[in-house]
Amino acid sequence: MEKLKRLAINEEGFIFDPVSGNSFTTNRVGLWILQKLKEGKTPEEIISELPGYFEVDAETAERDVTDFLEQLRHYKLI
Amino acid sequence: MKEPYEKPLIKKVQVGLSNKFGSVYGRHLRPEIDGVPISDLVSRFGSPLFVFSERRLREKYRQIYQMFSTRYPNVHFSWSYKTNYLDAICAILHQEGETAEVVSEFEYEKARRLGVPGSEIIFNGPYKPISALKRAVQEGALINIDHFDEIYDLEDIAEELGNSIKVGIRLNMDTGISPQWTRFGFNLESGQALDAAKRIVSGGKLILSGLHCHLGTFLLEPRAYAKAIEKMVDFAYELEDNFGLKIEYLDIGGGFPSRNRLKGIYLSPEIAVPPMEDFAEAICDTLLSKLKPNDFPKLILETGRAIVDEAGFLITTVHASKRLPDGTRSYVVDAGVNILFTAFWYNFKVELEEDIPGPAEPCIIYGPLCMNIDVVAENVQLPPLPRGTRLIFSPVGAYNVTQWMQFIRYRPAVVLVGEDGQVDVIREAETLDDVINRERLPERLVLKMS
Ligand SMILES: Cc1ncc(COP(=O)(O)O)c(C=O)c1O
Repeated sequence: MEKLKRLAINEEGFIFDPVSGNSFTTNRVGLWILQKLKEGKTPEEIISELPGYFEVDAETAERDVTDFLEQLRHYKLI
Repeated sequence: MKEPYEKPLIKKVQVGLSNKFGSVYGRHLRPEIDGVPISDLVSRFGSPLFVFSERRLREKYRQIYQMFSTRYPNVHFSWSYKTNYLDAICAILHQEGETAEVVSEFEYEKARRLGVPGSEIIFNGPYKPISALKRAVQEGALINIDHFDEIYDLEDIAEELGNSIKVGIRLNMDTGISPQWTRFGFNLESGQALDAAKRIVSGGKLILSGLHCHLGTFLLEPRAYAKAIEKMVDFAYELEDNFGLKIEYLDIGGGFPSRNRLKGIYLSPEIAVPPMEDFAEAICDTLLSKLKPNDFPKLILETGRAIVDEAGFLITTVHASKRLPDGTRSYVVDAGVNILFTAFWYNFKVELEEDIPGPAEPCIIYGPLCMNIDVVAENVQLPPLPRGTRLIFSPVGAYNVTQWMQFIRYRPAVVLVGEDGQVDVIREAETLDDVINRERLPERLVLKMS
């Protein structure tokens, strides 16, 4: 998750990668996950914490977090 | 207090490269079909489900009929069975006044069984078995001949029955469009059509009384029809002058487009597809300017797609979602290309039953078949769809419920929403019995499992 540390993330969900020059937008839940990742949480921890913060069941949380991580991987952000 | 949830998404910001086709997703919603909620339809009849709208079908027919009948005094429509031969659909169009246009003994029998008299059937196509031809002759059907061998077959039948038979011939010709469907009928430019006429006249057993052609399908060029009419009228008068015949009808076939989006055409159908009036005008104006005064041969139209396509919808349900290695979001729905044959050439309109929050991204929609070709829609801008979301595909009324096949899965039910909102099943969903009823297992192969 080293790459994540260099990202500039504002609270509106705008993300700037100073190395590649790319920028991204994410939504509130995406932002929350990114912050947890930056704090060094593992995907498993994030999945188990997500239903405590948002109106979502554990199964959806698992599926969506997994999917979100795939998106991050696709953009080479992790 | 927990916060409301939305599916986490991240999107790359494209600088200076905006997507022309709906980067902002103007959400297309279809909570109901003619007043019947999608959720009611699915809870009563399941998913996937084909839904036809009687109101849309009748209205479309009447609109198109009016466009032609207000421009030419002798217009007649014949329903192209292959486009959709469900009894209920055919019955509606026969009620509206269409005769039946069939291209096989199966379609012929289906029309007869439905109550259409032989004299109201047009029998077309390159393969008419002798027994089918004979029945059609005896029942007074109008036969458009496709090739020389059929001339000989009909002469034999005339001989056997001891009377002469009125026939038409199918023509193919250059109208400026490609591909030219030269494999059907007699070619005009090469002189083959004239040879066919000569042969018919010299045989003395058949009476040539009509000309038929069908240029292709989903044609976007009204001028091609004007050209065809021009050539047909010239040819009709050439025949009348040289052989003392009377050409009583000109059958221009079908081929008019529906408001669907062909693959490879990115303009919306509202822009890319010429209005039906343009076709009616091209055909009727050319007729009126080419025909001799007071000569109004019957104009027959066999339009299929343009009448029924927009009356049909397919309700599907999202079963799973997956992100592909290249980052594309994909969904698996419960309806595949085995029941949505026209997915191979159309980009359908894909509508949501209800609004779903979240940013849209281009998605690919797969069917349930375990086959790589099972792609029902590509590049559709959709928000993140939860499992169970209903997607409504349209227009799907033409060719799907005839060209569909039982493959891997059963074919689903088809329902008709009536003009008063009542819903009738017009074809039941298939079961295992439908598939195995025709199978026979030799005794020696019966499995003996303990
Ligand atoms: C002889 C004939 N008539 C009519 C049609 C109906 O065509 P469409 O559905 O394009 O109007 C066809 C379709 O192939 C045809 O072959």
